[in-house]
Amino acid sequence: MGALSIRNVRKSYGETHILKGIDLEIDKGEFLILVGPSGCGKSTLLSMIAGLDSPTSGTIHIGDRDVTHELPKNRDIAMVFQSYALYPNMNVAENIAFGLEMRKVPKPEREKAVARVAKMLQIEHLLERKPGALSGGQRQRVAMGRALARDPLLFLFDEPLSNLDAKLRVEMRAEIKLLHQRTKTTTVYVTHDQVEAMTLGDRIAVMKDGVVLQFGSPDDIYARPATVFVAEFIGSPAMNMVQAQAGAHGVVAHGVTLPTSAAQKAAAKPGQKLIYGLRPEALNFADSGVAGEITMLEPTGPETYVSVKTAAGLLVVRSPGKVLYQVGDRVHLAWGTHDVHLFDAESQKRLAD
Amino acid sequence: MKNVHRLIIWSLLALFAAFFLLPFYVMLATSLKDMSEIRGGSLLSLPAGLNFAAWGKAWSTACTGTDCGGLQPYFWNSMTMIIPAVLISTTLGALNGYVLTKWRFKGSELFFSLMLFGVFMPLQVVLLPMSQVLGWIGLSDSVWGLVCVHVLMGLASTTLFFRNYYLGLPDELVKAAMLDGAGFFRIFWRIVLPLSTPILVVTVIWQFTNIWNDFLFGVVFSGADSKPITVGLNNLANTSSSVKEYNVDMAAAMIAALPTLFVYVVAGKYFVRGLTAGAVKG
Repeated sequence: MGALSIRNVRKSYGETHILKGIDLEIDKGEFLILVGPSGCGKSTLLSMIAGLDSPTSGTIHIGDRDVTHELPKNRDIAMVFQSYALYPNMNVAENIAFGLEMRKVPKPEREKAVARVAKMLQIEHLLERKPGALSGGQRQRVAMGRALARDPLLFLFDEPLSNLDAKLRVEMRAEIKLLHQRTKTTTVYVTHDQVEAMTLGDRIAVMKDGVVLQFGSPDDIYARPATVFVAEFIGSPAMNMVQAQAGAHGVVAHGVTLPTSAAQKAAAKPGQKLIYGLRPEALNFADSGVAGEITMLEPTGPETYVSVKTAAGLLVVRSPGKVLYQVGDRVHLAWGTHDVHLFDAESQKRLAD
Repeated sequence: MKNVHRLIIWSLLALFAAFFLLPFYVMLATSLKDMSEIRGGSLLSLPAGLNFAAWGKAWSTACTGTDCGGLQPYFWNSMTMIIPAVLISTTLGALNGYVLTKWRFKGSELFFSLMLFGVFMPLQVVLLPMSQVLGWIGLSDSVWGLVCVHVLMGLASTTLFFRNYYLGLPDELVKAAMLDGAGFFRIFWRIVLPLSTPILVVTVIWQFTNIWNDFLFGVVFSGADSKPITVGLNNLANTSSSVKEYNVDMAAAMIAALPTLFVYVVAGKYFVRGLTAGAVKG
């Protein structure tokens, strides 16, 4: 029995289907990421878990309790909103204690909880301030404090870092991760940022158009993307995708035969239209292999992204450190067959593992 | 060159200010004169001294029709009418706005648009049906009947004010409070209302001014001893005696206008303060 299970949840507004049958299940203490582009239904799903919205059909269980039609306050959950939603008229301590106050926790215990949370998040010096007098990062901490104070069964995060600047985002991301390692509270976290998804999640559900395309560990998702969309969505720079076709002697793109594993060769039927995927870090400069010409260099410091125009198409290579080549140089690219991701062009699904 | 511009702007502003303040000055000056001064001097001349005799007469002994008790009873009628009327219409408007933005239901937008008709509806339309209804519920010719009418007629505007204000209040605040375990009224009382100061002040000013200055409902729906001050003022000014006592009329008009002036001066300050302190966003 999982800590949270979502069974065949659908949501429709008339003919518009927002969620088309979602099934997810996670264990106690796990960190679930719902990731996808905007409009994929991830926030709607989170609202349903919170009880702020209700599914058209399907059920949601928290622990072994069916909470599908339960009021939010009876679900024993806490949520951190994108805008933090701190009560502007109350100071930080009152904000943190509000949930406990509503649950008729006696004052001394409330104060104890506030002190505990404030210490954990290092916001003790802010307790008397109003939210208006806090910086973005501090508000974020207070919002987490408000959620932590109640010690809920389930934590929900709705894109909590998207209002912060880049540097702070990385810091808070690490804090959320540390916090989760310490409290081990089951967490559902919605984001559209694939880096957040990869760094934070124990389990990631990649969603698109109201469907979960893939549900698995970050490693699964990265190493064995189930569809073309997942492959392109996760990882930066995005996976190189080459339009190809299965021939008699392997996979061919624009006259170039591309290396494939035996299993992939077996899975592809001759004549089948394919998409041949390669992560930028899988490509190496070599003395032989697919030939091409460098069209652009993008140094980032620790690594350089090199765009290479080949007969098969434009390939981006992620190369560590500085690259000695220059634009216009002719190079050869090589890669191992275990780094190849092969997808059927029509169904967009992964072929052979 | 810059100074010349300044001078022009300032003198224009002063001119307009004087223009708008002139009637007020005439009222005030006339109310402080006695009849011989009024007959002898010009409209704009200063009174000889601070002579409040006309004010006293307007307040307690001037004749309004056959009664000669001054404006005093009308003033208290208006007070007993306006306090509940403003409180109730503002409270209901706030609740309506809260429901229409944070607890939307099927058809709530339609409900709101229908309610908007009330803002544009000419008041005369409701006179006959309203008097019929007041008669049925036994509130005709009473202060409470007037309260009832003003609450009903004010509801559309107060709802509109609060609804539009609450649209700007993030929904997530209400959701967060729901998750924290607060219910409908608790969220309203603890979260929404404390954030409503600016719109509360606007609504109270609006309702107070409208109800205090209302003449039509006052003259139609009030009984002999529930007439509001506007009706009293009208009666006082129209009661014919041998001489027209301009000073008393002016003093009476000033008395009738004072409460709204007071509300503007006092609440206007809070209004500005509320606007600057109400930085909810962020």
